[in-house]
Amino acid sequence: MYDGIVQELIDELGRLPGIGPKSAQRIAFHILQTESFDVRRLAELLNDIRDKVHFCAICGNVTEHDTCSICRDARRSPATICVVEEAKDVVAIERTREFHGLYHVLGGAISPIDGIGPDQLRIKQLLGRLADGVVTEVIIATDPNLEGEATATYLTRLLVQPNLRISRLASGLPVGGDLEYADEVTLGRAFEGRRTIDN
Amino acid sequence: MRVTHVELKDFRNYKGLTLELAAGPTLIVGSNGQGKTNLVEALGFLSTLGSHRVSTDHAMVRQSTDAAIVRVRLEHNERKFLAEVQINRSGANRAQINRSVIRTRELPRYFSSVLFAPEDLALVRGEPSGRRRFIDELLVLRSPRFSGVMSDYERVVKQRNMLLKSARASGVRDAQLSTLDVWDERLVAFGAEIISARSALVADLSPEVSLAYERIVGADHGASLANSLSIISRQDDSESAVATSAVGEIISVADATAAFTAALASVRKAERDRAITLVGPHRDDLIFGLNGLPARGYASHGESWSFALALKLASAELLRRDSSAGDPVLILDDVFAELDQSRRERLATSIAGFEQVLITAAVFGDVPAELAANVVRISAGEVIDDE
Repeated sequence: MYDGIVQELIDELGRLPGIGPKSAQRIAFHILQTESFDVRRLAELLNDIRDKVHFCAICGNVTEHDTCSICRDARRSPATICVVEEAKDVVAIERTREFHGLYHVLGGAISPIDGIGPDQLRIKQLLGRLADGVVTEVIIATDPNLEGEATATYLTRLLVQPNLRISRLASGLPVGGDLEYADEVTLGRAFEGRRTIDN
Repeated sequence: MRVTHVELKDFRNYKGLTLELAAGPTLIVGSNGQGKTNLVEALGFLSTLGSHRVSTDHAMVRQSTDAAIVRVRLEHNERKFLAEVQINRSGANRAQINRSVIRTRELPRYFSSVLFAPEDLALVRGEPSGRRRFIDELLVLRSPRFSGVMSDYERVVKQRNMLLKSARASGVRDAQLSTLDVWDERLVAFGAEIISARSALVADLSPEVSLAYERIVGADHGASLANSLSIISRQDDSESAVATSAVGEIISVADATAAFTAALASVRKAERDRAITLVGPHRDDLIFGLNGLPARGYASHGESWSFALALKLASAELLRRDSSAGDPVLILDDVFAELDQSRRERLATSIAGFEQVLITAAVFGDVPAELAANVVRISAGEVIDDE
């Protein structure tokens, strides 16, 4: 145990995800002892992040404005919406540079164990965005786990309507990997989801 | 497949043990409490990643030490492996093959064994959960993909039960419980796969069990296996579960899906009241039959014992048939003392074909002479020399 504020800082840092007591102690001493470390800058950022950053009124992505940079970008196609669980997923898909439509961040997946049902997710907002008929395709990109699949199924049932294409990301083997290293569950599912090659 | 060399370090009462094992039958003798079962438990752990005696691993770590090590040399089809697992008192276990680290759960790929122990009597006499575990473990061994299907299924049941509970607590009406359908669909999809796969396995296993039982007992008592399906017996409301699902009947995924969906609809009100999932593979059972009667409740001690043994021998036979890596190592812990002389002889004959059989016994004379070609004597956690 350290005296007063040092221990308090360690305790607070230790409450962050992915940081255990030892890392917390190391970070605390780094902040305390490293001259070049700009504490004021970090403090300002921490102060501002809750005030300045909020969720895009349209898609739910993080932004400092009312709407996020993707929703404001006129070059992006308003006809396609990609539905993801978290803002982190938007960043991941953006890295591919393959998708030029808009996003919709749900804020999680349906999981009764965690007390999350459709009402806790931004599903009403999604329905609102589909009302004017501009959107012609919804790509559901929730995680390929149980909760993500359940959410995808729920959304599919809810969204189904004429002139709207609903698709789901494919799942299976990772690209660039070796077949022999795939675990049997993934490989087994990839077998089940195999497709015929058209020639 | 066979084990040529065993090394135990700080495993139960073994401080350090090295032991060479021959092909064919090996008899491990020693008085009570000397460590015979501990030795076979260690081998069993390597192929199932669990003990047949305790559910927590740390009981296997010798007192006042931090980790137990089980290291074996394996040989099959001229190939040799060095398999090793370190069981840690705290933290995850670690596994190695040929001195390179692998994921612990991959270990069973390299070593398969079938262990029969007195605890297996509970298969016949105990609760349905033990029988489900038995059939599911065998299923995963034959088709590893099912470990994923089963864990998904269990998670769906948990999610669904939680949803039912919170719905009951908040008094939500059926119509408003829109996400229940989604979980139902998942439940049925995974559940139907499990039901279908179990039924196919039971169909394969049943004739083997009948054969194995006949070999041990010397008479045809019509030993049989049948699935008792909660999704079917619910619908019929019949008491006799054996009648609802015939022995050799393989249920297709499509049929299981249809029956499961119908069963869910019929119990919906009860599920809403009780807030648990009432039908599905997690509530199924296996019915063991002898002479047309269920073994549980009708079979004598000796019959139950022989049945449990037949189940294990049958699964060894099934694994042997599927496997390209040769026979599983057959381990019989303390079996012979429970059998009469003629059954001992017959058991000895029926296991003679296996590549390697390890047998433990407290009394040397209990085991027929043809199985006692190789003898290992254990005393107080050490191998003692013959004579």
